[in-house]
Amino acid sequence: MTSESGGAGRGAHSGFTLSINDPTVRAVVFQVLIIGAVVLLGWWLVHNTLDNLARRSIATGFGFLEREASFGIGESMIDYHPRDSYGRAFLVGVLNTLKVSVIGIIVATVIGTLVGIARLSSNWLLAKLASLYVEVVRNVPPLLQLFVWYAVITESMPSVREAFNPLPGVFLSQRGIKIPVPESDPVWNWMIVALLVGVAAAIAMTRWARARQARTGQPFPVGLASLGLIFGMPLLTWLVGGAPTAMDVPRVQGFNFVGGATMSPEFFAILFGLSIYTAGFIAEVVRSGIVAVNWGQTEAARSLGLSSGNTLRLVVLPQALRVIVPPLTSQYLNLTKNSSLALAIGYPDLVSIANTTINQTGQSIEGVAMIMGTYLTISLGISLFMNWYNKRIALVER
Amino acid sequence: MATTTSAAAQRQTGTDAIIQCVGVHKWYGEFHVLKDINLSVRKGERIVVCGPSGSGKSTLIRCINRLEEHQRGQIIVDGIELTNNLKNIELVRREVGMVFQHFNLFPHLTVLENCTLAPIWVRRQPKAEAEATAMKYLERVQIASQANKFPGQLSGGQQQRVAIARSLCMSPKIMLFDEPTSALDPEMVKEVLDVMIGLAETGMTMLCVTHEMGFAKSVADRVIFMDRGEIVEQNTPDEFFTNPRSERTRLFLSQILSH
Ligand SMILES: Nc1ncnc2c1ncn2[C@@H]1O[C@H](COP(=O)(O)OP(=O)(O)O)[C@@H](O)[C@H]1O
Ligand SMILES: [Mg+2]
Repeated sequence: MTSESGGAGRGAHSGFTLSINDPTVRAVVFQVLIIGAVVLLGWWLVHNTLDNLARRSIATGFGFLEREASFGIGESMIDYHPRDSYGRAFLVGVLNTLKVSVIGIIVATVIGTLVGIARLSSNWLLAKLASLYVEVVRNVPPLLQLFVWYAVITESMPSVREAFNPLPGVFLSQRGIKIPVPESDPVWNWMIVALLVGVAAAIAMTRWARARQARTGQPFPVGLASLGLIFGMPLLTWLVGGAPTAMDVPRVQGFNFVGGATMSPEFFAILFGLSIYTAGFIAEVVRSGIVAVNWGQTEAARSLGLSSGNTLRLVVLPQALRVIVPPLTSQYLNLTKNSSLALAIGYPDLVSIANTTINQTGQSIEGVAMIMGTYLTISLGISLFMNWYNKRIALVER
Repeated sequence: MATTTSAAAQRQTGTDAIIQCVGVHKWYGEFHVLKDINLSVRKGERIVVCGPSGSGKSTLIRCINRLEEHQRGQIIVDGIELTNNLKNIELVRREVGMVFQHFNLFPHLTVLENCTLAPIWVRRQPKAEAEATAMKYLERVQIASQANKFPGQLSGGQQQRVAIARSLCMSPKIMLFDEPTSALDPEMVKEVLDVMIGLAETGMTMLCVTHEMGFAKSVADRVIFMDRGEIVEQNTPDEFFTNPRSERTRLFLSQILSH
């Protein structure tokens, strides 16, 4: 890579005569013109907006966030009353968006990976069903899919009094899905601690196993042992804590359920709608990633005597992930941004709450800025994480 | 590499053959790729397989480590018959190294990691030991100084030498080569052939599909000529080149030697 010739060529052309035909001069002139136009447009927009706001006597700034929201929100992960502030209402919306996005990303990844692998299956029926899934899901607009899921619950599910009861304590009705949850007991908190300890122990054990294999050559069943630690620790804690089994079971009282935990029809529709839609794209990403790994890699690994499991784990997957991760990132971002479709079925996500706020206060610029800022933050967070991961698995090419 | 031929092989075949193909047939759908292949390779024997493109050379050597399945006949390698028994197939593959036309190095691993992967996960060697062995073989193919580079940073000839070292790290009893030099630029062919000649001198059992007739003349004990899925002729290199018996062999030789 020498650039000497290029440098010499440029030197010969740069004289002192200023001409519009000189690429450097031309570039500067155009850039100045464009910057000028942008500044002018910006000034005009700001001026106009301030003018309009002043005429309608709307105060600019984020002071309104302190004021009482005085509207109710259907579901919230934190305590919320209409008496709370707009700021807290917005926080409820952000948390609801995060809830749908995080769970949605996990569900979509699981379904997408399974469907993507199924498309490559040698089982004709399985492969065809998987293709059908991908084609249908990718070609129907996501908003329509949300309406379908929402209708499935609210229209075709029975009323509360006739709720469908597939398992003891589990009820399916127009009001969503009701499941029993364990009654509060300090043991549950300790089990969460035990789970974290189990995860930490599994990580430590993986490092130990790697070091031991390097030393003695003996491999250790890391996967199985990790599962044992991660699930065993909480189980042990539960047993030691007296194995509490009291459950808060939902039951019908009047026209609705009391007790248990709820998955609302809105949450169900947005979660499954988005997961199933995005899974169609993820399936294609996963399939193309696996196909992209040359068959020769598998043959080379197998001809060295590696088992099929080790071939997949040590040779094929690391290379497939390299192809999968960048487009997977954009699917995660899509899912997060598409969660704003929640507005259409009444799930109180960040857009829907910000919308109500804007209608009540007229603070549309601040509201939209907050929506954009939040999505930008979430998206950048996902991108940063995925880029970091991608860099870790990137290849050194010639 | 000197180990005694397994007793089982001797019992089964009555010879000191390390590879034994008896009446092997293979089809791809309707297409009959291998027709009644009978081949016996002695320990330490160096065999060159040649023939026109599409004659089934690759298919034959890929059957020997079961990358391809044969449908009729018997293939016995190092005393183990190749059937659908996966355990046996993996046992055979440990003892049979394979070098591919397109190298097939693992691009996500360094040269050294390429060489230690199988010894660590298949032979269960401690890492330090596997690395020491790998360095020894990388030294032998004269590429030790590149041990920490990735395959993508090496030339084709260098990659093929790494691929040979990677196979040797499993201490195989047999080495299979499928046109190891045909994807290389001409100036790199020699460095790979030199490594293969060096390997032949250690007494390794080698089965090479190649059109490098110079290599065949200087190291092969036997040259096998295949055409349309059959072994048409096999002979010592001297006889094979100076006095081919069949018309098809003569035609083939006139074609490749005229280049
Ligand atoms: N997977 C396959 N499916 C169908 N036909 C194949 C396959 N692999 C090879 N063949 C055919 O088998 C014949 C022999 O192939 P091959 O053994 O690669 O020949 P060679 O190595 O002598 O050039 C060729 O005609 C080729 O087209
Ligand atoms: Mg071939």
